Amino acid sequence: MLELLLRPAMENDWISFDVPSLIQNFWSATFDGLTFGAIYGLVALGYTLVYGVLNLINFAHSEVFITGCYAVVLVLSSLGFGPSAPTMSVGLIILSLILALVAAMIVSAIVAYLLERVAYRPLRRRNAPRLVFLITAIGASFTIQYTIYLVRGANPEPAITMFRTSPIFDVFGTLITDQQILIVVAAVITMIATDQFIRRSRTGRGIRAVAQDPDTATLMGVNRDRIIVITFVVGGIVAGVGALFYVMLVPSGVQYSGGFVLGVKAFAAAVLGGIGNVRGALLGGLLLGVIGNYGQILLGNSQWTDVVAFVILVLVLLVKPTGILGTSLGRSKA
Amino acid sequence: MLRKKIVTSIAVGAAAVLLMTACAAQSGGTATAGPAAKVDLPVLASFDPPKGAVLPAGDGKATCPAGLTLGYVGAQTGANAQLGINIINGVQLAVDQHNKANAGCQISLKKFDTEGDPGKATGPVTQAVNEADIVGIVGLPFSGESKATGNIFEQKGLVHITPSATNPGLTTNGWKTFFRGLGNDATQGPAAANLLTGKLKAKKVYVVQDDSDYGIGLGTATTKALGSAVSGSDKVITAQKDFSATISKIMSNKPDAVFYAGYYAEGAPFDQQLVNKGFKGAFVGPDGAKDDQFIKLAGDASENTYFSCPCIPGELIPSFKNAYSAAFKADPGTYSIEGYDAATVLLSGIDAGKTTRADLLAWVTSYDKDGLSKHYKWSATGELQAPTVFGYKVSKGKILPIGVIG
Repeated sequence: MLELLLRPAMENDWISFDVPSLIQNFWSATFDGLTFGAIYGLVALGYTLVYGVLNLINFAHSEVFITGCYAVVLVLSSLGFGPSAPTMSVGLIILSLILALVAAMIVSAIVAYLLERVAYRPLRRRNAPRLVFLITAIGASFTIQYTIYLVRGANPEPAITMFRTSPIFDVFGTLITDQQILIVVAAVITMIATDQFIRRSRTGRGIRAVAQDPDTATLMGVNRDRIIVITFVVGGIVAGVGALFYVMLVPSGVQYSGGFVLGVKAFAAAVLGGIGNVRGALLGGLLLGVIGNYGQILLGNSQWTDVVAFVILVLVLLVKPTGILGTSLGRSKA
Repeated sequence: MLRKKIVTSIAVGAAAVLLMTACAAQSGGTATAGPAAKVDLPVLASFDPPKGAVLPAGDGKATCPAGLTLGYVGAQTGANAQLGINIINGVQLAVDQHNKANAGCQISLKKFDTEGDPGKATGPVTQAVNEADIVGIVGLPFSGESKATGNIFEQKGLVHITPSATNPGLTTNGWKTFFRGLGNDATQGPAAANLLTGKLKAKKVYVVQDDSDYGIGLGTATTKALGSAVSGSDKVITAQKDFSATISKIMSNKPDAVFYAGYYAEGAPFDQQLVNKGFKGAFVGPDGAKDDQFIKLAGDASENTYFSCPCIPGELIPSFKNAYSAAFKADPGTYSIEGYDAATVLLSGIDAGKTTRADLLAWVTSYDKDGLSKHYKWSATGELQAPTVFGYKVSKGKILPIGVIG
């Protein structure tokens, strides 16, 4: 019986390793993976922060991210951007992109804020068990998704090309575009800024205090609700930054359901790097992006991207259950 | 103090980002756009429909019992919804023309949405076959959903004509109720190969297929027809948004053309990202990608795109185009005329007194007449005899026919 079921799978050469292709495309796969991984990292930050403070997996964070993407698309398309590369002057392009970035940060932050106020705070007031939060998060995710569906319809938004990319460097025979550099550098800067904010600022200290021991923190005069709201908002702002670069990289990827898969992967990135750990989010994102790309090229089929990425995730967690850098938002290293 | 430091570091970061953007945008201006050496294929200016084609209006004297209904089952929403909407409009136009001309025979049209998803199609199909008023169906548009639901129609003896599903395997299931109103991918594959190596003179073709029944079938047929011209191949999945790994392989392979077997929802962003990475060759997609949505999603990257399609350029038949534009405020799209013709086959049967499912099925089985797009006569398995495949190209944001390619 088992043999009968397996036979079709065995007859097709369902798995084959294309090593020459991986060697040939190694560097381009690496750079593309880093670029996409940087975006995973930015989204992963929102999961990590909220988890660190509340021990809550905020499944609706993918919708915080996708609403930011919608903000980018709506702002840019109203400014005359479309699927074709814009013809306006460089200064105007930069100005438009900043405007879109700010809009995305604001919109994502507002959605994250509302999510906290409407979905989670009432539950916290009633001391609801953790499972209820999880279900609420999934419900909130669907609610936001289908609200977007009702407003914007099922079709993806038309592509927004922000600028025509062009190669800048030639590394090991692989062209690196200005877009890739921009995304990775901007993502790393955003992560460093967030990391510094949490490590050094007064509010950051509050966030770490609540993550470490909410009750003691409250006794010490930390306003817990305020800290939680700020945590959500910071996650939202960073997701907004991720939204701009996601639209830059995948111009037609904005669809009501478009955040879900990316959200799952960003969450996986957070777990891989060590959930609750800000630096781990970036590391996990970059790793996940690169590994997925290697897997896809090695196995010659996009269906393998996620399989490979998640197998690696499982393997890492088997060896180090807290993720690569460990869960340390509340610890002194942070 | 600390706050100041943070503000400073953010400011420095922002400045660096701006600088990067400036460099990026500046160098972007000098990059060349579109394919370098483009073969200029002449545009087909006119298409002569068969003389004496059967039209939905008939002779205007038809009488039939009240309440008879035709159905459309297929995508109304979903990622590739536009292909379904083109068909719905064609069917609606045929029904409207029929009802206007035949006061004694009023047919209604009922629509069932599958989102084009094989996993969701069984529900709407079950609903449609269980409505006793429905005597014939136009649909389903896509191959995967057709494969998933053909048995349900078969069990209820309900005739259905697909205006667009092209997977060759669909007619090998022994279904007596399934009819295909166009050529299949066993003819489209070689035609696409002819477009690639014959008309576009590509020596190396990179074949990329998606994971749908349609994409797999067409990818296989085209790869076989291309033979040694295939320089590499890759697979993508439904709802994929980022194609960088596939594009890396293509860029190091340096093909003259890329053939994509799949739908526009993935094909358009794929082409866009490919062109943005500096690919200068031609991009050839099949009927599932041939829609204005492709141009809308890919922008001016789509200027390198050609399509193969077993669909007839309905926009070149003035009577059809004008009636369609007047009704829907848009030009006919891919498969609008196939939907119109399929509905006409069913309507003419009802007019001839075939008002039960069994009679209408027998009518379609022995049908042998011209439609507006082509001659309709089916083999025992439901394949059309003598189908044709047209080539199309994108030029200045429009899809234009370039004539028969196979």
